[in-house]
Amino acid sequence: MAEPFDVLIIGGGPGGYVAAIRAAQLGLRTALVEREHLGGICLNWGCIPTKALLRSAEMFHYAKHASDYGLVIEGKVGFDSAALTTRSRKISAQLNSGVGFLLKKNKVDVIWGEAMIAKAGEVTVSKPTKPPMEPQNPVPKGTLGEGTYQAKNVVIATGARPRVLPGIEPDGTLIWTYFEAMLPNVLPKSLIVAGSGAIGVEFASFYRSFGAEVTLVEVLPRILPAEDAEIAAHAHKRFEKQGIKILAGTKVVKVEKTAVGVVATAEDAQGASRTLKAERLISAVGVVGNVEDLGLESLGVKSERGVIATDGHGRTNVAGLYAIGDVAGPPMLAHKAEHEGVICVEAIAGLAPHPLERAMIPSCTYCNPQIASVGLTEEAARAAGYELKIGRVPFIGNGKAIALGEPDGLTRTIFDAKTGRLLGAHMIGAEVTELIQGFVVAMNCETTEAELMNTIFPHPTLSETMHESVLDAYGRAIHI
Amino acid sequence: MSVKVLMPALSPTMEKGNLKRWLKKEGDNVKSGDVLAEIETDKATMEVEAVDEGILAKILVPAGSDDVPVNKEIALIAEEGEDPKALASNAPAAQSAPSQVAPVVMASASHAVGAPAPSVAKPEAPGKARLFASPLARRLAKQAGLVLAKVTGSGPHGRIIERDVKAALAAPAPVSVLAFAPPSGPAEPALSDAAIKQYFAPDSYVEVPHDMMRKTIARRLVEAVNTIPHFYLTIDCELDALLKLRGEINKSAPKAQDGTPAYKISVNDMIIKALALALVAVPKANVTFTENAMLQHRHADVAVAVAIPDGLITPVIRQADTLPLSAIANAMRDFAARAKDHKLKPEEYQGGVSAVSNLGMFGIKEFAAVINPPQSSILAIGMGEERAIVKNGAIVAANVMSATMSFDHRAIDGATGAELIAAFKRAIENPLTMLVV
Repeated sequence: MAEPFDVLIIGGGPGGYVAAIRAAQLGLRTALVEREHLGGICLNWGCIPTKALLRSAEMFHYAKHASDYGLVIEGKVGFDSAALTTRSRKISAQLNSGVGFLLKKNKVDVIWGEAMIAKAGEVTVSKPTKPPMEPQNPVPKGTLGEGTYQAKNVVIATGARPRVLPGIEPDGTLIWTYFEAMLPNVLPKSLIVAGSGAIGVEFASFYRSFGAEVTLVEVLPRILPAEDAEIAAHAHKRFEKQGIKILAGTKVVKVEKTAVGVVATAEDAQGASRTLKAERLISAVGVVGNVEDLGLESLGVKSERGVIATDGHGRTNVAGLYAIGDVAGPPMLAHKAEHEGVICVEAIAGLAPHPLERAMIPSCTYCNPQIASVGLTEEAARAAGYELKIGRVPFIGNGKAIALGEPDGLTRTIFDAKTGRLLGAHMIGAEVTELIQGFVVAMNCETTEAELMNTIFPHPTLSETMHESVLDAYGRAIHI
Repeated sequence: MSVKVLMPALSPTMEKGNLKRWLKKEGDNVKSGDVLAEIETDKATMEVEAVDEGILAKILVPAGSDDVPVNKEIALIAEEGEDPKALASNAPAAQSAPSQVAPVVMASASHAVGAPAPSVAKPEAPGKARLFASPLARRLAKQAGLVLAKVTGSGPHGRIIERDVKAALAAPAPVSVLAFAPPSGPAEPALSDAAIKQYFAPDSYVEVPHDMMRKTIARRLVEAVNTIPHFYLTIDCELDALLKLRGEINKSAPKAQDGTPAYKISVNDMIIKALALALVAVPKANVTFTENAMLQHRHADVAVAVAIPDGLITPVIRQADTLPLSAIANAMRDFAARAKDHKLKPEEYQGGVSAVSNLGMFGIKEFAAVINPPQSSILAIGMGEERAIVKNGAIVAANVMSATMSFDHRAIDGATGAELIAAFKRAIENPLTMLVV
C-alpha cells in the first residue's frame, strides 16, 4: 500500500485548495479530492462569474448614462446576453486553470471523483453521483482516479449548495438557483427574487440593470437582514429608485409553473396573500452545507443542521478529522473558508496559528450600490450592552464621489464609547467593497478612534469618508 | 566590506550598557584580540575585543554614552583595501550598506554565561527597549490602572493585545503572605524626582547621577523585598576553637621564597565553608524557589557580599562545600581585588543558593540582610567579641558572634531554617570538620 498522505482535503473550493497549497508549503504530503471543478462554487459558479456579470451591468449603466459625463455615444447602446455569459465563463475558466497550475506547482496530488470517508484515515474516491453543472472546464491532467486512499489527517471542505424551500423547488428552467441565474442566455423580462441576502440582491441588481422587472421578496421585515439597518434602508431606497419592487416581511409560499413563467403566491406577516407573476423566479434563500454521503454519521462526527462542529482550529470531535469553510458554519464566505483552511493545516503541521476571529470577517455585496461591512451592526452593538459613539458621513460631501458621479453613499462607524474600540463599520456606495479593508486592518490591529483620526487618508479618495466618519463619531467632522 | 561593531550583550538579561571609553581611536589599526572599548554593565566593566583586522574607521557611539542598547552599531572597521575615510564619511548610510556583523568577544567573558540570570525584572529579549502593545490594550490598561510592562503579550512578536490585558485584569491579585508584602507586585516609585527634591533647598546637596550598579541594586532590592516573604533567625556562635584553628592553619602555611604564605585564611573564609557544609547537611534548605518547582542543589554555591567604593557586588564561590579553605581564601582574595576594578564576569557574580554578608569589621553586633534573588537565604554576620557567657553554672569569657539568617519563606520553613542555622553553628564551633569534609 502506498504511503499515507499527511493531509487529504475533500473539496477543491477556496477553502480546500488554499488549505492544500498551505499544507504542501509546510512540507506535508498533500492530496485534494474534487468531483467537479477546481476553485469550487466561488470561482466557477459564485463570487467570480457574478462579478464578471455585474461588471457588464455596470459598464452598460455607464454607457447608457454617457451623456452625464459629457460623452456622446452614437446609436443605441445594447447588449448581447450570450456574450455576457461567455465573458463570465471565460473568466471562470481562466481562474480554474490557474488553481490547477498552483496545485501542480506545489506538488499537491489531485484526486478526481467523489470522496467518502470509509473509516478514520481512509477515504474512498468513486465516480461522482451528482451530474456536474454545465459548462464545466476539462478535468486537469495528471490527476489520480478512483480508489482507496490513506491519510493521517482528513479535512472536509465540501462547501455548500443552494437551500431548497418547500413550495419553491428549483427546476432549472423556470425556478432558478444561482447556477441558472448565472447563464442568462435569454434575459427574462420579469423576475421574482426570493431572498434578499447577498446573492438575491446581486442578481436583482444585475437583472434590473438589463431591464427586467424585478420583484425582491424577503421574509424578514427588511431586506439585507444581516446588514446594519441604516445601510439596508439606504439600499432599499436606492433599489426602489432603480425600479426594483421590494416586498419585505413577505414569504413566497407556493410557485405554480405555467407555459410562460411562474405564478407565485406570497403571504405577508398578517397572512394577507397576493399573487406575483413573472417569467422566472430565482430562489436565493441561502445555502446549506454539503455534509451528506461523506460517511460522517458512521464515524460519529458531531454536526447540527448541516454544520459540522469544530474548535478554533477546525478539529471535529473525531481525531484526525477536520472541517473548514461552509460545512464548518457561517458566515459562508470564501475568505472565511480560506482563512480557516490555513489555520487548520497549520495546526496539523504543529504550528500555533491564531484562531479565527469571527467578529472581524468582512462581508461584501456587489449590488448597485455596493455594500461592505465588518464587525457589529448598531443593533447588535446595542444589544451587546455597549454604549456607542456612531459616526456617519454621506458621500455627497466627498469630492471624489461627486467627481465620479457617485454621490450616493454612506459610511458608518460604530465605536465603544468607553474604550474607543472600533466595533463595526458599514458602508454603501461606489467601490466600498475595496475600501472596507481599511477598517478590517484597523480592527485587527486593535486601533482606537485616536489612531484612525491621526491617520492621513489620501485626497481625493472615497476613503476620506472613512476618516470623516471616525471624526464624526467624536463630533469632529469637517465636511458635514 | 566594512565590519560593524555592535554593542555586545554581556549577559542574557543585558538590554543596554554604558560605553565608558574607547581604547582605540579613529584611524587606528586594529587586529584580532585588540581591546576596542570598555563597557559598563549593571555590575561589571567589560572589554570589547576586535575579531577582525582593519582600521577603526568610525566611532558611532562616543565614549561616555549611557544606556546604549544591545546590538546597536558602535563602530565601523574598514577591512583591507577599503578606504576608511570614505567609510567614515558614509557612516550614517553605512547602516544600510551591505556589511557583515563582527562577532565581538569579551576579553573577560569569552565563554557563554551559564549562571542563571540574576535579574528579577520581567525577562525580555536583549535590546527590546520598546513595549509593543496595541492601542486598545494600552487604553484598557490605562483605564484599569494596570502597568503594561507586567503584562505578557500573546500577539504577534509578543505584542500585548486586548485579551492579554483582560487576562491580566481577570487574574487574581497576588495574595499578600505577610503584612509587609504589598497587594500587587513591586511598588512604583512613590514620589517623582521633582517631588522629592522640593523637600531640600536647591543648593543644599550635590546630585550624583546613578550608575548602572546603583540602578541595579535599587531595582533588585525593591523587587526582593516586595516579592520574597522574609523571616529571620538569630543564633550566637562561640569562636574560640575556630580562631585557634585558624591561627594554626595560617602558621603552618608553606611560604614562598620571598616569604609570602601560600594561603591566609580569614574568619570569613571559614564562615563561607561552614555555611556551605550546613547547606549540604540540610538539603531542604539548599534550595532555589521557582514558580513551579523547588530546585534542590547537590552542592552549595555561596555568594559573598563584597563592598566596593560605589556599591556592592556578590561574587559566588561555586561548590564551596567541596573546596578546601585555602582555595576559598584565594578565590575570595582574587574576587575582592577584581570587584574593586569592576572586572568580575557576570557568571562570577550571578546565581548562588545562599550568601554571606559580614559587617563585623565595622563593629556591628547583629543585623538582618535582604535576600538577593535567586538565592533563598542570606547570612548576616556580626562582630566577634568577647562576651561573658554561662558555662556549667559559671560565668566565663568567650569569643562570640551573632549570626542572623534571612530566609525566603516560600522556599524554607521556620524549622528547616532553624536546622540550617544550627548546623552552621555546629560547624563554626567544631571547626575541624571543615578540614575533613
